[in-house]
Amino acid sequence: MANKVFAWLDERLGLTTIYNTVLDRKVPKVNWWFTLGSASAILFALQAVTGMFLTIYYVPSPGQAYDSIQFIMNGVAFGWLIRGIHHWGASLMVIFVFMHMLRTFYYAAYKYPREFTWITGVILFLTTLGMGFTGYLLPWNQRAYWATTVGTEIAGTVPFIGPFINSVLRGGTDLSAVTLTRFFAVHIWFLPAVIGALIGVHIYMVIKLGISHVPDKED
Amino acid sequence: MTKSPHLTRNNFVKGVVGVLGTIMGVVVGLPAIGYVLSPALKKSTSEAWIPLGPLETYPIGVPAPFNFTRTKINGWEKTVNSYGVYVYRKNDSDTIVFSNVCTHLSCRVIWHEDLQEYLCPCHDAHFGPLGEIISGPQPRPLDTYETKIEEGNLFIHFVEG
Repeated sequence: MANKVFAWLDERLGLTTIYNTVLDRKVPKVNWWFTLGSASAILFALQAVTGMFLTIYYVPSPGQAYDSIQFIMNGVAFGWLIRGIHHWGASLMVIFVFMHMLRTFYYAAYKYPREFTWITGVILFLTTLGMGFTGYLLPWNQRAYWATTVGTEIAGTVPFIGPFINSVLRGGTDLSAVTLTRFFAVHIWFLPAVIGALIGVHIYMVIKLGISHVPDKED
Repeated sequence: MTKSPHLTRNNFVKGVVGVLGTIMGVVVGLPAIGYVLSPALKKSTSEAWIPLGPLETYPIGVPAPFNFTRTKINGWEKTVNSYGVYVYRKNDSDTIVFSNVCTHLSCRVIWHEDLQEYLCPCHDAHFGPLGEIISGPQPRPLDTYETKIEEGNLFIHFVEG
């Protein structure tokens, strides 16, 4: 029965082809450093799922953000776990994406024909940092407030357009409800959309071009 | 490499990935279900005798409205709920207090003096002065509160949950 259902779906969706192309593709002899890309992708998926669950209770408002997180931590079953995974997953994702980038750099895997894969990877690294920056404000506690005060102030030191950037980030001159909602929107909609799309391009190119081997004496 | 007739390296890895993936899915998935459901499973009960003032201020034979609020904590927020009742004194000794919550789908009924009926604006449910069904989709008459009179004051027994 299961075989019949699978055969029916396979004939229409080409599941076997997808499996062979994506998972059974030829790869050179590589090492554990080559698992960092998959690890980053899985961390992103984990962040997306736990983040969706957090929005069930979280309220992006100065009056309620802190209290709603207290409720997640103490009032909801396993809220501490969901938020804990999101909290630690965020730090892990920055570390893994960065190590993935270092591996690519040291193995010179960014060279022809993989320059564009590298470019999408750089944008993915920057958007990951953006996720960290915007997510850090959302708890709306002292650390979040002052970290964002300092972070937006640093952005404000850019010559000439600094003050403009600062007020665009804050949505005004002060850190306020406007800042919180725009950081929230960027954190849950804009950056995830960009990251999701670019991961698609990135992985497509990895599959299309294949991965480079570990450099040897000849290289 | 000799071929093992029992378990290939490939199948071993597939099995390990499947088992570990299932364990991780369960470890994250089951708490996630509890996380979503837990506010729904929390039972909040509240009970009180609500004072409605001196009985003699209510006219005989005419339903008179009375409103009160109850406060409780939902999640991280105080929720203030409004409740409305109709006090109906049939005669000197008999007093019925109706909830204004329609028994159909919980809209609020309004007493219409001209019709001598309670009317629900949502789906046109009609109730008589004694809460009885006159017409409409409602499954049962209006709900009533337990009442008591102490030193001439009327009280209703508010029970929730």
